[in-house]
Amino acid sequence: MKLDSKIPEGPLSQKWTNYKAAQKLVNPANKRKLDIIVVGTGLAGASAAASLGALGFHVDIFCIQDSPRRAHSIAAQGGINAAKNYQNDGDSVERLFKDTIKGGDYRAREANVYRLAEVSGDIIDQCVAQGVPFARDYSGLLDNRSFGGAQVSRTFYARGQTGQQLLLGAYGALSREIARGSVVLHERHEMMDLVIKDGRARGIIVRNLVTGELERYAAHAVVLATGGYGNVYYLSTNAMNSNGSAAWVCHRRGAAFANPCFVQIHPTCIPVHGDYQSKLTLMSESLRNDGRIWVPKKKEDAEAIRRGEKTALDIAEEDRDYYLERRYPAFGNLVPRDVASRAAKERCDAGYGVGPTGLAVYLDFADAIKRLGRDVVEQKYGNLFQMYQKIVDVDPYEYPMMIYPAVHYTMGGLWVDYELQTTIPGLFAAGEANFSDHGANRLGASALMQGLADGYFVLPYTLQNYLADQIYVGKIKAEGPEFDEAEKAVRDRMDSLMGIQGQHSVDHYHKALGRIMWEYCGMARSKESLATAKEKIAELEADFYQHVFIPGKAAEMNPELEKAYRLADYFELARLIVDDATQREESCGGHFRVEHQTEDGETLRDDDNFMFVAAWEYQGHDRPEVMHKEELNYEHIQIVKRNYK
Amino acid sequence: MKFTLHIWRQENARAKGHFETYEIDNISADCSFLEMLDQLNEKLINDHIAHPVCFDNDCREGICGMCGLYINGRPHGNDDGVTTCQLHMRHFNDGDEIWVEPWRAKAFPIIKDLVVDRTAFDKIIQAGGYISATTGGVPDANNILVPKHVADQSMDAAACIGCGACVAACKNASAMLFVGAKISHLNLLPQGYPEAMDRTRKMIMKMDELGFGSCTNTYACEAECPKQIKRQNIARLNRCWIGQMFGRDRNN
Repeated sequence: MKLDSKIPEGPLSQKWTNYKAAQKLVNPANKRKLDIIVVGTGLAGASAAASLGALGFHVDIFCIQDSPRRAHSIAAQGGINAAKNYQNDGDSVERLFKDTIKGGDYRAREANVYRLAEVSGDIIDQCVAQGVPFARDYSGLLDNRSFGGAQVSRTFYARGQTGQQLLLGAYGALSREIARGSVVLHERHEMMDLVIKDGRARGIIVRNLVTGELERYAAHAVVLATGGYGNVYYLSTNAMNSNGSAAWVCHRRGAAFANPCFVQIHPTCIPVHGDYQSKLTLMSESLRNDGRIWVPKKKEDAEAIRRGEKTALDIAEEDRDYYLERRYPAFGNLVPRDVASRAAKERCDAGYGVGPTGLAVYLDFADAIKRLGRDVVEQKYGNLFQMYQKIVDVDPYEYPMMIYPAVHYTMGGLWVDYELQTTIPGLFAAGEANFSDHGANRLGASALMQGLADGYFVLPYTLQNYLADQIYVGKIKAEGPEFDEAEKAVRDRMDSLMGIQGQHSVDHYHKALGRIMWEYCGMARSKESLATAKEKIAELEADFYQHVFIPGKAAEMNPELEKAYRLADYFELARLIVDDATQREESCGGHFRVEHQTEDGETLRDDDNFMFVAAWEYQGHDRPEVMHKEELNYEHIQIVKRNYK
Repeated sequence: MKFTLHIWRQENARAKGHFETYEIDNISADCSFLEMLDQLNEKLINDHIAHPVCFDNDCREGICGMCGLYINGRPHGNDDGVTTCQLHMRHFNDGDEIWVEPWRAKAFPIIKDLVVDRTAFDKIIQAGGYISATTGGVPDANNILVPKHVADQSMDAAACIGCGACVAACKNASAMLFVGAKISHLNLLPQGYPEAMDRTRKMIMKMDELGFGSCTNTYACEAECPKQIKRQNIARLNRCWIGQMFGRDRNN
């Protein structure tokens, strides 16, 4: 396998301009003869399909929900970054680029990140034109706030529902194309396999989730925008149906999978409260603009709180440890997510955690309410406070919120080159499904930016470059031995799962896998813990294939079967995450190896040996994957220690 | 906590449905309604009693709009301003009998058990629930000034999650609140102004075509909306409709 990142020539700031000037185009009459499949209707998928449809291509788009508007991008709360410098506070493309590279702990590709920063402003323009009701100030201009890892205010937001509003904008644009006939929507359809003909991605096999029937679709190119794989941990902030299977079947067909061990743990989530729990709810990072994070200074206070004898209000100001402000005076409560998460874990592990389980810290708004008044706080964060109150049944205006880190986002994903093309020609990956822009840690409000950048402003160009010579091949038909083989493989996989007829539910295994991953391959990893994880995953997987029970039939609506085939893929993925974490003998971003830390517990990178992207090649179910390296060359940015003190 | 559940079971769109009764015990008060159903399904699977109950759900944080159950005669149950996934069992009493049904509306046919087909909403949006801004070639974001109170009003309406509770709550199965919310969101903004009349006409005609009923101003929709979308949006929809009939471009 050869990894060619295809980074254009020229100085960093000119690369994208040069690419666009030199790329191949497709003339309007030929565009309608070219078919594109887009899988996923989140920010990346919907924006890509809408833009490609508007250009004149014929697009088939697929989603597993009943409507494209329900993709999990909808749940993003806090905001979207863009280097508009509307606040005159020193922001620029260069600054956003540098913050993103540094936030990713120098493990992202320079050229991709620069392009992301470059198009960020266009995204805001586009969204406003679509009618996204961003927050405004009294003059009618757009308002901004700050997010972690930045010293400027560059985050645009729509209350605590920014993801929802951006997705509804993209969904509107998509709906317009559906009405025009350039895009055909297939809701409640799940991608089950990728079909490769003559070395190129030429189609997909999908399962109709209502009837259970398998269907085939063919196209000149396939775009995967199916999100991340955080649900391998079972408990995460992802939606219940978010899954890694579409990306994983592509990996099985030959697409390299990059940096799987880079998983983001978000510091501000509502803590776990019971083993029946199905998901964790995020409290937006924007809360750290005004909320202060603390635990008691004295262990006996923490213990009394855990026993229910004291509450947060009983702890005097001087007995509170605002540990982020203490350890990181320059960034304070707005340090990046990985740093904030580890710091919370450190305090809780040391015995200062609060809440009944001791696995929680306080996020306190008392100062903000005193300073700004309850009204202002309510206006800014009202819906988040309401959500907290509904879930926890405690009034956050009176008592500080309790929060704890939880799995949130996966920086790893399908390896893509500068054109967002995977190692399979004709297969593209966008949004969280690819690995490209966030290195080892993603900054807050950058996921929305990346999803929309890929869909609105990158793929419409790079796909054309790929499709330019495809006008000669004619219509691709969903037939031939490749489609037959792929469909049979899917059918066999489902039949073998249905045939097990054991005694345990799929969730039983998924919860167990989640516990293994969180315990041994979560916020802190060591050589020993990873070895344990590997062993336990193998045991659990073997047990799954002997004792899982899936009721019903394959040819009907069957949510248990859906969970089962997704979990089967998670087992393979979990193994790869562990292997990747094991080979990466350094700490960087969200990947923290306890063997590699500074004296005061910060991550210790090893740039001499690990400044590369690990791209893994699938070798079969029972064989270890082969790792390929894409060396990262930083020509523009100066590499420094990542310091938020 | 312990509950007796009467759940609507229906094999598929054509089959005849019926209520099935299940007992469930050891439910934590902090657990959500859907997590309670998860535990019921776990029990049905482990004891090989019946096929698990199918119900739509996804984000489980009240924003995707996928979940929606009719619980004891109320869409999304007996707490205000929440979706089914955010409804917690602490709002019930130990030993309660709970009736669980799917959305009931002609325009939302049942697919299986508690799962309904809400693609009619997508079709209404496709009829005109957007601003035609093709990617690229748009002005700088701050070239379009929007007064704060207008942006806020637009955002209030845009908070709709498209769950369908308004239709399910309405005795006429009217979609006026859903359509009104989208009309308000877009028609209030300067960007939405050029297409306002056309948008209003097309969305209303599509709504009628798909079999949604008329509004008779009982406001059950507003009372049951998990995002507390206001009935004023219906009034604005009517104003826009009348305005476009007379060729006027008045929106608000």
